[in-house]
Amino acid sequence: MTTTATRPDAGRARAAIAARTLRTDRWWIPPLVTFVGLSAWVIYATVRVFMHKWYYVDQYHYLTPFYSPCLTDRCVEGSAEFGTPLPSFWLIPEAALTLPFLLLFRLTCYYYRKAYYRAFWLSPPACAVPDGHKKYTGETRFPLIFQNVHRYAFYAAAIISVINTWDAVVAFQSGEKFGFGLGNIVLVINVVMLWAYTVSCHSCRHIVAGRLKHFSKHPVRYRFWVFVSKLNAKHMQLAWITLGTLALTDFYVMAVSAGWFSDLRFIN
Amino acid sequence: MTTRIERHHYDVVVIGAGGAGLRAAIEARLAGKKTAIISKSLFGKAHTVMAEGGAAAAMGNVNSRDNWMVHFGDTMRGGKFLNNFRMAELHAKEAPERIWELETYGALFDRTKDGKISQRNFGGHEYPRLAHVGDRTGLELIRTLQQKIVSLQQEDFAETGSYDSRIRVFAETTITELLLEGDRIAGAFGYYRETGEFILLEAPAVVLATGGVGRSYKVTSNSWEYTGDGHALALRAGATLINMEFLQFHPTGMVWPPSVKGILVTESVRGDGGVLRNSDGKRFMFDYVPDVFRHQYADTEEEADRWYTDPDNNRRPPELLPRDEVARAINSEVKAGRGTKSGGVFLDVSTRMPAETITRRLPSMYHQFKELADVDITKEPMEVGPTCHYVMGGVEVDPDSGAAFGHVEGLFAAGEVSGGMHGSNRLGGNSLSDLLVFGKRAGEHAAAYTDALPKRPKVATADVEAAVDTALAPLSRENGENPYTLQQDLQAVMGDLVGIIRREAELTDALKRLQELKVRVANVGAAGGRQYNPGWHLALDLRNMLVVSECTAKAALEREESRGGHTREDFPKMSPEWRKVNLVCSLDEAGDVHLERKPLPKMRDELLGLFKRSELSKYLTDEELAEFDAITTEAN
Amino acid sequence: MKRHFRIWRGDSSGGEIRDFQVEVNEGEVVLDAIHRLQATEAPDLACRWNCKAGKCGSCSMEINGKPRLSCMTRMSTFEENETVTITPLRTFPVIRDLVTDVSFNYEKARETPAFAPPKGVAPGDYRMKQVDVERSQEFRKCIECFLCQNTCHVVRDHEENKKAFSGPRFFIRAAELDMHPLDDRTDRKEYAQASQGLGYCNITKCCTEVCPEHIKITDNAIIPMKERVVDRRYDPLVWLGRKIFRRDQLDDSNGHGSHGHGSHGNSTGGSGQSMAPSTSEGVTGVAAGLGKSGAPLPTAPALNPDGRLDVAELLAERPGGPSPFGDDQQFPLPNVTYNHPEPGKD
Ligand SMILES: Cc1cc2nc3c(=O)[nH]c(=O)nc-3n(C[C@H](O)[C@H](O)[C@H](O)COP(=O)(O)OP(=O)(O)OC[C@H]3O[C@@H](n4cnc5c(N)ncnc54)[C@H](O)[C@@H]3O)c2cc1C
Ligand code: SF4
Ligand code: SF4
Ligand code: FES
Ligand code: FES
Repeated sequence: MTTTATRPDAGRARAAIAARTLRTDRWWIPPLVTFVGLSAWVIYATVRVFMHKWYYVDQYHYLTPFYSPCLTDRCVEGSAEFGTPLPSFWLIPEAALTLPFLLLFRLTCYYYRKAYYRAFWLSPPACAVPDGHKKYTGETRFPLIFQNVHRYAFYAAAIISVINTWDAVVAFQSGEKFGFGLGNIVLVINVVMLWAYTVSCHSCRHIVAGRLKHFSKHPVRYRFWVFVSKLNAKHMQLAWITLGTLALTDFYVMAVSAGWFSDLRFIN
Repeated sequence: MTTRIERHHYDVVVIGAGGAGLRAAIEARLAGKKTAIISKSLFGKAHTVMAEGGAAAAMGNVNSRDNWMVHFGDTMRGGKFLNNFRMAELHAKEAPERIWELETYGALFDRTKDGKISQRNFGGHEYPRLAHVGDRTGLELIRTLQQKIVSLQQEDFAETGSYDSRIRVFAETTITELLLEGDRIAGAFGYYRETGEFILLEAPAVVLATGGVGRSYKVTSNSWEYTGDGHALALRAGATLINMEFLQFHPTGMVWPPSVKGILVTESVRGDGGVLRNSDGKRFMFDYVPDVFRHQYADTEEEADRWYTDPDNNRRPPELLPRDEVARAINSEVKAGRGTKSGGVFLDVSTRMPAETITRRLPSMYHQFKELADVDITKEPMEVGPTCHYVMGGVEVDPDSGAAFGHVEGLFAAGEVSGGMHGSNRLGGNSLSDLLVFGKRAGEHAAAYTDALPKRPKVATADVEAAVDTALAPLSRENGENPYTLQQDLQAVMGDLVGIIRREAELTDALKRLQELKVRVANVGAAGGRQYNPGWHLALDLRNMLVVSECTAKAALEREESRGGHTREDFPKMSPEWRKVNLVCSLDEAGDVHLERKPLPKMRDELLGLFKRSELSKYLTDEELAEFDAITTEAN
Repeated sequence: MKRHFRIWRGDSSGGEIRDFQVEVNEGEVVLDAIHRLQATEAPDLACRWNCKAGKCGSCSMEINGKPRLSCMTRMSTFEENETVTITPLRTFPVIRDLVTDVSFNYEKARETPAFAPPKGVAPGDYRMKQVDVERSQEFRKCIECFLCQNTCHVVRDHEENKKAFSGPRFFIRAAELDMHPLDDRTDRKEYAQASQGLGYCNITKCCTEVCPEHIKITDNAIIPMKERVVDRRYDPLVWLGRKIFRRDQLDDSNGHGSHGHGSHGNSTGGSGQSMAPSTSEGVTGVAAGLGKSGAPLPTAPALNPDGRLDVAELLAERPGGPSPFGDDQQFPLPNVTYNHPEPGKD
């Protein structure tokens, strides 16, 4: 097919071009934005998780997603829906059983992988811009081969989303009565977005029907797949939106809990 | 000076890696022959990738009334009965099988509801008949064949440890000369474009599948490859060309922006509901339905529109007339001052289909207009005009085997480079199926020919030396003429004087100018060495373009009638007498084109019986009709 | 109007970027400028092209550092006075000027096992539903421009990976065949992982960014292939299903899947046993004149190649069963056609 074998060896050198990249657009902006955005979020989240306070508004049953489910002895009255099996040591976050999975879910998410490989690891920083590293083996070996556990993380995240949904539902009370305020809207939006993000996951798309060879034999699963595929096309947007809603929800709960401002109530 | 020449031995050499060439090579390899495939461009980039609409095959998947006899009839009608009937017959009969075979190679055509291959309407085809994949059918076809070749190479690899042991692709290699021993093919000579190194392939059988000649025209849908190499190689080897006066001008090429003028707008746009309008907004095609087609085409817009949903009870819209008719109609509208600013007419789908349907059914057209002309075809009409598209003429071949006529043995031709199958005008979609049907046949018979050969012909050293000298000549003429200028001049002559509408005076003038160009081409020069030098490559192609253009001009001057892809302003009528004649070109000793008239083979009675007398009466002479009457009365 | 171009000229022994002033008219693309240059100043300027309409994938080059088809890059996308820099594809050895040696891709193509026709189905008897072929059709749009191969940093920046890595173009080929409703092989995913180097891809999506056919290479081919690999190797539910239903004791009857594609390290070049090619047997036989067999349509067995039943099939009422809604169901289902996501919206 090729003529390599008989071609008088023309030398297999690449074109000698001095410039590392000839891109003239500002290609470094997207990775920079990603870098700043992700870093800021991680810092905020870390600070919040180890703050151990202002995570629950007892009056309205608002629990921030960063502390859900609250499982340590330190959990304030009413915030622990599932018991408190964990000791209170400052290094143990209140949601110590779920946070690692959520972290894993996002770390192994196909979109975040793209984002941090580009923005943090510079491999590559942008298309047609050289890789920042001499050697490259991709995800073929330890530790990156473990990116493949994303499937497990997805199953876990789906369960955690149920817990978050529960949090949002129980928050519809004020004391013992039904109640509804701005905080509920914030919680609900957050949960809806979390679901959208989780369902739009590539693993989910694969599980619902992507793995099938014959869609036509599984019409219901095909319908799901079409739906998930539509969401999946927005996976990147959802990934950022949920970062936003998570931080916002947490901040709102923190603010109300700390008494910086009071919740806007519509009913009770 | 000593020149390195790489030598190879093969059983069958296939020149051309388009649909026809690949299909021939597959067949030759399956027959156990050691096969080489030569291509001027990379593997899988041949012209066939550009085919859009589909491949015609009477599978009857969409309308079960379709069968090979209807397809045969359509082909003959489209070609104005000048077709070689036997080729049209074989084509109609074998096309479905060839398409189905592609599926076993991995092709994925669009499907009907019940899972069969979907078929679409196209100009000149009575029923929906074109197997297609969106509007990239050619890509599917060539990729499938390419992958089949790869799979055969893998088989060979498993067996022999070398992928190239039985079938090898020489990509970016141009053949400049066929070498003979006496009247027998002995080999092919050419050069690697990459390095400029020469290559000699010794083989007793050569299959030509080099495609067409459109690069001799300014406005064309064809790529740089279409310089008529195969036609010229055949002529020089002693074969003959027929029907060279018939060139198909596709009615809908892009006209704006200037740089893409000529690039094709697929006929599926019309098959799927697109309509042609002039600058007054009138659907003008209704005024241009010729008498021979009256009873098949609608005369009101209402009927035409109903046809898309109910084809059984309505007649088809005149936009779907054969290409020659539509091209002429557009030409007249523009001449009459009812064209657009850039000299075209409007082709509109935006008002006829929802945007979503358009992007689904015509994705690459949407893409093409969006990116090249910045026109959104779901919102605005396209501007289109005729463009040189296909050459009906080509190597005169034996219909069953694809063996070239004239005084040469071991030469076969298939695909666009062969002539006769399409008569005076090709129906859209008939080419892709033609490639498969006759590609297979050519490969098969080339293999059989090598088996029957008592002794392998030998290449004469003197011939190789001569070929080397011819090839190197432009490089040594440091001050020779610029090949690009020459090409532009040739394109101007052909486009202006041997275009869609032809006149005697202009044709005579064209012949004179071609002679002048011949002298200049003999003095063409190319600077810059042998390694991937496009100037040099063009300089070598020019002489092929020139000889083929001469055939076209000569034959066009000779044929004093208008038929299909040949329109003479001074002889606007179709003449039954001329229908009986093929014009055959050959090269004489001095290298000049020699023209001859040859009677057309007579159609077999049972095939003739497929047509109505009323229809035949428009094409045949009175004597032929009398014969026809005798046959039919006898049969009754 | 004259525009300023900088074009790399040279060959494998070296070269440099040269300056040219070229006349450019309204509506022209970069390739037009190159052609004008050839017709005037530089008749021997080497460049590939064929169709001039984005259909053949010959004219790939790097324009202002971005891999693109020059016939589809309109001059109007640049500023009036912007300099346009044109260089050959960087990832492949250069031959001359803008022409590179892309044989790497053809070699990889040759190593990818071809379509395996289903046994016992005669040509003409192939039945496939449109919904089932659509995914593969997306990948068959590929025009082999090799822009994705050129952009992929795995080989662009790391020449040494070329041996082990086939590149996005061939991942979509593997995916295409794996999703082909009638393909008879079931080891495409193992092949992609073990012999094509799927694991090298870190899904940074540059291939998708440059694909002129807007094929969602990463989302629709690479990630699904990675997921399919995970299915076989890491999915807990599939594993559980096997354990519970004791399916791992079924005989490993269906040969294909079991050619020891053990680790990532081995057989990277792609030769070896996994290369057992498809046969043309049955194809040419029937084509050669045996009539249509009238054989029943292949009902895809829901068994995995290792003879095990997939846990997902538990949802169907019988293995490989038809739709629970009856066989007369029409597909595609009305109003659930999947439209591929629009280009450019990530
Ligand atoms: C834009 C466009 C759209 C079309 N749409 C349709 C359609 O919808 N339906 C349809 O049926 N037909 C269509 N056609 C026509 C059809 O595509 C062609 O007629 C057909 O592809 C020709 O195929 P081929 O195998 O004869 O040659 P090609 O595919 O053109 O291949 C020619 C081969 O010969 C090689 N070659 C040429 N000269 C030499 C040489 N000297 N040495 C070595 N190699 C050489 C070339 O490199 C190339 O590989 C279309 C054509 C065009 C241009
Ligand atoms: S997504 Fe993977 S294959 Fe595509 S360019 Fe990036 S690393 Fe290469
Ligand atoms: S996948 Fe896209 S970018 Fe890659 S070769 Fe095919 S068309 Fe080109
Ligand atoms: S969550 Fe992003 S891919 Fe699974
Ligand atoms: S020339 Fe064919 S893609 Fe550009």
